[in-house]
Amino acid sequence: MINYILRRTVLLLFVMFSLTVLAFSLAYLFPGDPLVNLSGYQEITVNQLAFLELKYKIDDGIIRQYLAFLERIFDGDLGISFNSQSAIFEQLSRIFPATMELAIYSLLISTFFGIPLGILAAYYHRKLPDVLIISSTMVGYCLPVFWWALITIMVFSLQLGWFPSSGRIGLVYEVPYETGFLLWDILQADIPYRYEAFINALKHMALPTFVLATYPTTVLIRYTRGSMLNVLETNFIKTAKAKGLSTWQVLFHHGLRNALLPVIRLLGLQFSTLITLAMLTEVIFSWPGIGRWLIDSIYQRDYPAITGGLLAVSTFVILVTITSDVIYKWFNPISRTHVDD
Amino acid sequence: MTLTQRYKTALSSTALVLCCAAVTSCGAPSTSSLYDNSVVYCSEGSPVTFNPQLGSSNTTADAIANTLYNTLVSSNYETGEFLPELATDWTVSADGLSYIFNLRRNVKFHTTDYFTPTRHFNADDVLFSFNRTLDTRNRYHYVGGGNYRKLLNDSVVNIKALSPYQVQFELNHPDSTFMSNLATDFSVILSKQYADQLYEEGAKNRLDKFPVGTGPFKFREYKRDELIRYYRHEDYWGQARPVSQLVFDITKNGSSRIAKLLTHECDISAIPLPQELPLLEKRKDISVVKKTALNVGFWAFNTDKPPFDQILVRKALAHAINLDAIMEAVYYNKATKADSILPPISWGYHRNEQPIQYNPHKAKQLLEQAGYPQGFDMTIWAPQIQRDYNPNAVKTAELMQADLARIGVSAKIVTFEWATFRKRLGNGEHDSVVIGWSADTADPDNFFRSTLSCAAKSSGRNRAFWCNDEFDDLLSSARINTDTHSRKSIYRKAQGIINAEVPLFPIAHTHKFQAHLNNVQGIIISPYGSISLAEVSKSKAVEEGANDD
Repeated sequence: MINYILRRTVLLLFVMFSLTVLAFSLAYLFPGDPLVNLSGYQEITVNQLAFLELKYKIDDGIIRQYLAFLERIFDGDLGISFNSQSAIFEQLSRIFPATMELAIYSLLISTFFGIPLGILAAYYHRKLPDVLIISSTMVGYCLPVFWWALITIMVFSLQLGWFPSSGRIGLVYEVPYETGFLLWDILQADIPYRYEAFINALKHMALPTFVLATYPTTVLIRYTRGSMLNVLETNFIKTAKAKGLSTWQVLFHHGLRNALLPVIRLLGLQFSTLITLAMLTEVIFSWPGIGRWLIDSIYQRDYPAITGGLLAVSTFVILVTITSDVIYKWFNPISRTHVDD
Repeated sequence: MTLTQRYKTALSSTALVLCCAAVTSCGAPSTSSLYDNSVVYCSEGSPVTFNPQLGSSNTTADAIANTLYNTLVSSNYETGEFLPELATDWTVSADGLSYIFNLRRNVKFHTTDYFTPTRHFNADDVLFSFNRTLDTRNRYHYVGGGNYRKLLNDSVVNIKALSPYQVQFELNHPDSTFMSNLATDFSVILSKQYADQLYEEGAKNRLDKFPVGTGPFKFREYKRDELIRYYRHEDYWGQARPVSQLVFDITKNGSSRIAKLLTHECDISAIPLPQELPLLEKRKDISVVKKTALNVGFWAFNTDKPPFDQILVRKALAHAINLDAIMEAVYYNKATKADSILPPISWGYHRNEQPIQYNPHKAKQLLEQAGYPQGFDMTIWAPQIQRDYNPNAVKTAELMQADLARIGVSAKIVTFEWATFRKRLGNGEHDSVVIGWSADTADPDNFFRSTLSCAAKSSGRNRAFWCNDEFDDLLSSARINTDTHSRKSIYRKAQGIINAEVPLFPIAHTHKFQAHLNNVQGIIISPYGSISLAEVSKSKAVEEGANDD
């Protein structure tokens, strides 16, 4: 296992290296002065120039500059944004929890519904419930997220008026910023209208979470069903049945544990897709997360913000993928020995 | 944990989730205490500053001018008379060179997290506020760039305090626009005590970012492109008792603003899209307000840059544009086609007998005469956000792009976020720009001086960077003149010069539209200047049957 973790760490380092090289070279590839693109200061005064040139080692070789770039990343200094002229790292740490909140709740919902439905479909293999579940997942799987989001807004927000169409919380509620995870912040906050704000936040969360959960739920259902069917074919299940265990005992005690192992791994792999979908969802629901922020930055040619945002999102996705991989191996000792994995 | 226990927990947690879902889904749109006491205004963009002296965009003024600040006098847009605000009364000398204002007593500045006033408003504040913009030696003059709307600079030579509650403005020549300029959003009164405190702290820049005024609302927080939050100014001197909280929900996308209004996330929506108006008018819970407006949308050429320094080229480009198509596709025929920079409702307006007609053939001929038979490449700048005078500048630019392609001119559309856009325009980086002007006062002088004078060129607000001495002289003579009839003929000549030189191509004059929920009252929209939310209030529930259709 240690060997495996070491191998993964080396891979992580390598990927991170290429990622930072890419991010660094963006400053040169974007139009304009690399110093401006790196620092975010658009109108550099004479006094600032000397300081910035020293800080960014702009007169040294490219390797030195890259090392200085790495050093700044570790210091949490990603420069300042062209538009707001405030520190990018600070902005990122404020908006990243919003995206995380959306992604985590969606993932929870899809696990909550996806796995049981998948088991149900496997249990009723080729019977009516299975056909119903599988055909509806097919539909859910094919829905383009932006279209689906607009449809839900039209129906639930504009027609029925049940849910708000945008944002994270009604703006009249002033929730002090603590962790950035809104629901938690509201519960922690010492404000007179806490309950009201909490309900309001839940309402705002409903549609985006539902839309974002659609895709992972369908994937989970299909995957759980497939994996379950495979496991049910194996000899140890047949033995368990032969020993006279009830169907549910067989399913939960012997089937599920083995069937869910590949699903854990799938969750990790699906995470990058989930983040991509979250970005689209954010734009449509004006969710103040990293997706909307990044797309705004691209629109406004805010180069330091684009670089910082890319770096943050991709680092996060890579970390999640590798962590879920390690967890999978942890629970599944057999696969560790396969070198090609 | 046994199996049955596990099922029990699973069951109860399912029940909990279902309960939550039930709670959240029913009862929306809910009316609750905080909502009843708050008004949410969906605005079309972020303010550029929190000091009206520095900004001339309506988006900025709508958000900050009438909410946070007061002026000495205000004007009634229906009767044109001037009303007391921070000045209770005033006298004008017989020669028109001296104005004495008596100031209101017991007016309190905002108490905020960052400032606690220890004295009331007095003449020192008036002197500081005006001297900041007029006197280059004032220690705040260059803070924030020193780029002010110079409405009073030509005439006011000195301001002095006769007593703590009496100030005198001395003019070097009679100025027919003085009082109306004093009533604009830019002539606000700041706190000298706050400015002094910041100076001591070495944080002068904060004056325009963390505002302190005497207006009905005080600043609470601002998140760029997200929201502005104001609280009620509890010690406000005026009659207005507005809601306890005013929030600006910054929503650049027009359809999103409408959606938010329909779902009651906003109480008021700025600049509804013309194509959405029929839908809004059908709703029982929403009112649409239409006001004639003093504004003009135009296409300005950067006359500092070749080939736009040639009149022939500018004329050629203007002739290439199919204005009727723009009126149809962008304004949905809800605006008036412009033939002059002045709208027909202005008293200075004079009908242009020979407006530039759509004629691609003539346009090509003119280009050949100018020495560009093959055409050229150019940029059309267009802001992303909606303006009163143009609901969709990018679409306008796209239509122009197609029209220009027909005469061999290849145009590229350039757009930036609003604050950046304005900054770069001020630097003169554009070839041409689709923009416009909303008047601050009812006086025609405001249109001409702000958009095409040499002074506006040096401040970067003259988007055509056009400076014509004869034109400027006409403006000055009209300003000294107090006789409306002779002023009218002077403005007629000025318009003649613009028609001949074509520094810009006027597109349309629009109405001001605004939509709000029926339970919101007290919004004041005037044909010029910014919206006033000073007296906004909200009654309890929105009319029943709101979501029936």
